[in-house]
Amino acid sequence: MTGETNIETITADVLLEKVRALRDQGYRLVQIGAARLPESMELTYSFDLENRLANLRLNLPLAQPRLPSICSIYKCVLLYENEIHDLFDIQVDGMAVDFHGNLYKTAIKHPFASIKAPRPNPTAEPKPAAPAKTAT
Amino acid sequence: MPRTIIPFGPQHPVLPEPVHLDLVVEDEKVVEARPSIGFIHRGLEKLVEKKDYVEFVYVAERICGICSFIHSQTYCQGIESLMNVAVPPRALYLRTVWGELSRIHSHLLWLGLMADAMGFESLFMHSWRVREKVLNVVEATAGGRVIFGSCKIGGVRRDIDAETIKQTITDLDSIEADIAEITKVFINDRSVKARLGGVGVLSRQQAYDLGCVGPTLRASGVAQDMRTLGYAAFKDLDLTPITRTEGDSYARCAVRCDELLQSIRLIRQALAKIPAGEVAVKVTGNPNGEIIARTEQPRGEVVYYLKATGAKNLQRFRIRTPTFANLPAMLQLLQGCDLADVPVLLLTIDPCISCTER
Repeated sequence: MTGETNIETITADVLLEKVRALRDQGYRLVQIGAARLPESMELTYSFDLENRLANLRLNLPLAQPRLPSICSIYKCVLLYENEIHDLFDIQVDGMAVDFHGNLYKTAIKHPFASIKAPRPNPTAEPKPAAPAKTAT
Repeated sequence: MPRTIIPFGPQHPVLPEPVHLDLVVEDEKVVEARPSIGFIHRGLEKLVEKKDYVEFVYVAERICGICSFIHSQTYCQGIESLMNVAVPPRALYLRTVWGELSRIHSHLLWLGLMADAMGFESLFMHSWRVREKVLNVVEATAGGRVIFGSCKIGGVRRDIDAETIKQTITDLDSIEADIAEITKVFINDRSVKARLGGVGVLSRQQAYDLGCVGPTLRASGVAQDMRTLGYAAFKDLDLTPITRTEGDSYARCAVRCDELLQSIRLIRQALAKIPAGEVAVKVTGNPNGEIIARTEQPRGEVVYYLKATGAKNLQRFRIRTPTFANLPAMLQLLQGCDLADVPVLLLTIDPCISCTER
């Protein structure tokens, strides 16, 4: 199986505690991903132990989102945390290696922090049927 | 001891793609390496807002010119899982064959680059000569040499007929003989051993803690290979991850050499067992839900996160590429190394900046 969605939703204040518990069990950090949702910033921390994934899910407010760095637990986290700062404008407190917004040289500052309205779904609302042609 | 900062890259003879390092040196020792990436960041993840989930297969395949097929395959597998699509068995086998051909030409590309960095020019040329033969097989079976364009949601776009399968097996014999010849040099040659042996040692615990993946992790003794998850046809094939325990640049080279021959064996098994039947099913509707899909690229585990809301466009598409996971290890290896070893240590993780700057 390649798709897994075992996700535990947590709050930012217990992030370090939860991550440390996974580290103590031997989990490897797989990725940290962010998503800009209409109502919040969603972060997913993924960990792996013997090909089993465990995911922690955080939802941060859109106004000045911030969270603590986990670099004291996983020191390989530097690129993930700088990436979510540079692309999503999420403040990560206590990063051991802070590029101060210079990891990515993007033309637009924090390009993933905003969201565009999704395109209308043509299958959701079918167009009204054209009037039937009649012989004249 | 006074410290000097030597700028390394983004343009440098050893770097096929742009990455920059500020090397802080004391005499000839590197005491710190400060990376700078993002020179060619393309923002492909953001394109999900403009391209619908079917069109996005083309974007996924263009993330990288080396592991292009496996990118499209991983994306399709994720969408298929979300939509509960049962892919025909023949398509799963064809995906396996093309994925392993990608691994072979990627590893041969790396072997050539490493030989070039070592100054072993004839070995470099032989490695890329054999790679051309692999690309010819790719062209004969998929139609393209860089972008395969063969994977689609629900299966694959084209079949391989019996005559081409027969020819592919014949070509594999020749390629295998060539690979055996050049890997013998990589494994046994005194100058290769002297240049790579003991350089950039990562212990098993270090490699695991640094989040390494792929040959970089397996060369330190961790038998982690996403193909053992059993995606595509791997559940039906005989596969044991190749590992070494030395954890140095030589071990990483040796793992890739052994994986070349392993991939040929896997292709042979797949072509011998390939079932008859359709190569694609029709897919209707839109995906809904979220999924994390993982496969094994030549450089290691790639992670696709897909989030859909039932619309034609995904809400979020994120990729964690293997090089992104291996860069912290590279920075660790550079600390305390000799300045002359920097090119070898940069190449030892097989960095793909194109993937990383998705």
